[in-house]
Amino acid sequence: MQITLTVNGTEYTRDVEPRMLLVHFIRDELLLRGTHWGCDTSNCGTCTLWVDGEPVKSCTMLAVMADGRAIRTVEGLANGAELDPIQQGFIECHGLQCGFCTPGMMMTGRWLLDNNPNPSEGEIRECISGQICRCTGYKNIVSAIQWAAEHPATSEVTS
Amino acid sequence: MQTPAPVGYAKATSVSDALALLKKHGEDSRIVAGGHSLIPMMRLRIAAPEALIDINDVAELKGISIEGNEIVIGAMVRHAEVLSSPILAEHYAIFREAEKLIADPIVRNRGTIGGSMCQADPSEDLSAVGAALKGSVVIQSASGSRTVALRDFHEGPYMTKVAQTEILTQVRFPIRPGAGSAYEKVERRVGDWPVASAGTYVVVSNGVVADCGIGLTAVGAEHFCAPEAEAFLIGKEPTEENLSAAAQLAADACNPFSDQRGPADYKKHLAHELTLRALRRSAAASQGA
Repeated sequence: MQITLTVNGTEYTRDVEPRMLLVHFIRDELLLRGTHWGCDTSNCGTCTLWVDGEPVKSCTMLAVMADGRAIRTVEGLANGAELDPIQQGFIECHGLQCGFCTPGMMMTGRWLLDNNPNPSEGEIRECISGQICRCTGYKNIVSAIQWAAEHPATSEVTS
Repeated sequence: MQTPAPVGYAKATSVSDALALLKKHGEDSRIVAGGHSLIPMMRLRIAAPEALIDINDVAELKGISIEGNEIVIGAMVRHAEVLSSPILAEHYAIFREAEKLIADPIVRNRGTIGGSMCQADPSEDLSAVGAALKGSVVIQSASGSRTVALRDFHEGPYMTKVAQTEILTQVRFPIRPGAGSAYEKVERRVGDWPVASAGTYVVVSNGVVADCGIGLTAVGAEHFCAPEAEAFLIGKEPTEENLSAAAQLAADACNPFSDQRGPADYKKHLAHELTLRALRRSAAASQGA
């Protein structure tokens, strides 16, 4: 079945089997490997990307269900060479060690800050409660999102 | 890597289109809404539909509104919308309290109320909410629509009154002025299915319980409700003693089984304690406390 969607502002048309999961479409068809593929059970959240502006666990959505929609992945965060504050926050606060959960954490964190520019620590922790990190722990990740909240981008990045 | 078996796919544009597609693709076709139960089941090959009918774009299944004396929630309304709805918050605190404990914010962006009802998981939180509030669902077929009480909706785990050629279109709840409601859940970790949950509403009038509803999930309560406990409370003062006795009747009617979430006697204990906590807060809210 032929689908057409935009990913980070670029339109793609591909022929896919209806059973193909969106995460595999993004990684294996479009070769955008920033979106990670983890637990396969919508628990770990590393496959989180945006569909029409809202974060979704892409291991639990079929690629055909994204037909006609706008996707934003972690590759769409930076504005050229300028990192999104959420990315800079993870650098500043050592928000990652192995980096496996990071794309999902950053996509969820960006969404949170877009809707709530000054979240409390509790709000941050609740928002990332569907994301699992197995190495740094959550403290530095929360700090990274707080850093991004305190250092908003000067120019708006759009997907 | 878990991949679903080969499957057909069609996007419905309206309810009548979805019904026509269900008929066209035959008895092994399934409606997919949020997909957060069906797609994992397909990956595990527990479910192997031949075709999926996608209703995500069906506008008439969206939105929360008030019609007369009822709150009407479209089947495609997502958990995130139930959580943030001002209409629901105004009438029933139970929705927000339950939704905050369902999965996580990202999953709540996709999962729908209609999907939760039709999935009919024996641990579904919204099934306890629906049973507590004595809601109903509207089920549509090519020949018309019918309304089924939620306390009569489930035929067993994962089985409902919705037939293959039908689609659930709305979930409806009566508005009860003066009602207080609450939801209590114990889960092993954030976002998990409940070990046990209880939800209640209470209307206190002239110092006695004039009306109430008790719903439970994950504890083997028949139709997710506790009618004997409700009948006990009607006409009685909402004292700690009466509320606890009602909660005990609710727990006695439960038939949980031991599993990885806990032993049966612990779940029965929780059924009492959580029902009591929910009744306490519901009664207090009804009295404006």
